[in-house]
Amino acid sequence: MKAAVIVFPGSNCDTDCFHALHSVMGISTEMVWHKDAVLPKVDLVVLPGGFSYGDYLRTGAIAKFSPIMDEVKKHAERGGLVLGICNGFQILLEAGLLPGAMLRNRSQHFICKHVWLKTESNQTPFTSILKPGELLNVPVAHGEGNYYCDDATLKSLQDGKQIIFSYSNEKGEVNERTNINGSRANIAGICNAKRNVLGMMPHPERASEPVLGSWDGKKLWESLLSQGGVVLR
Amino acid sequence: MKFKAKVLVYLKKSILDAQGNTTLHALKKIGFAETESLRIGKFFDLTLDVSSRAEAEKKVKAMAEQVLANTVMEDFSFELTEVQSHVAV
Repeated sequence: MKAAVIVFPGSNCDTDCFHALHSVMGISTEMVWHKDAVLPKVDLVVLPGGFSYGDYLRTGAIAKFSPIMDEVKKHAERGGLVLGICNGFQILLEAGLLPGAMLRNRSQHFICKHVWLKTESNQTPFTSILKPGELLNVPVAHGEGNYYCDDATLKSLQDGKQIIFSYSNEKGEVNERTNINGSRANIAGICNAKRNVLGMMPHPERASEPVLGSWDGKKLWESLLSQGGVVLR
Repeated sequence: MKFKAKVLVYLKKSILDAQGNTTLHALKKIGFAETESLRIGKFFDLTLDVSSRAEAEKKVKAMAEQVLANTVMEDFSFELTEVQSHVAV
């Protein structure tokens, strides 16, 4: 299994992702500058968190025009794996690789804390070792994580079982009280119809070692590795 | 021909504008009781060098749809004004 972490100007979780993939999981990982026009041959592309282009205009709005994004789209079309975390999720939305958009958090506050995620579907390469409904303790850190889409898109996400993680509590309850940022249907992460592109606001790379207080995020990397590092293209 | 375009981008009416609502409440609180609604948006001021008004309209609409607004959550409107070129005397 090989991975690439895309580095945009303003990315700030790129080295954390590299550390989790390479140092913790032993996955061969390269950092790829956003101006590169060629993507190395990898199974997984990670768009990391941060503030690409200073969040100018809208979160992820300028990053979608980076040269590497054409390659990332082709990689996704070929069936390659793409994981967008936080700002990476916002970029995937702006680039049209996932449906919907991000609004400012309902509270207007930047939210930085550990939250509980409920696994709504393990039918993706990113969640394959998780049990349906399994709870993960993973941190979030975002100001614009209030996932929005229209009713028709929400229904299509629900019908297609494309909602992968939702904001819950430690009992697995998913309701308005556990909705930290106002996201539609408590959405914390969604995948595309082909299930090879996942976007999520929480940071699994910040919960991949005991020293970080939680290692639940490691289950995503373990899921990917359990696929045997299959090159899907 | 040069045109000045003023583009406004704002959240769709169906989406709660929390910043706008908070500002509306602040206005009411300090005595502007007549304020009925308030939406906060973004303003873009562009100058274009094009061959016609129709071209300017087409280009600004495309810019708004592709870059300036995210039409999943935002609407936009714009005004065009022809800029008269100044002849040196």
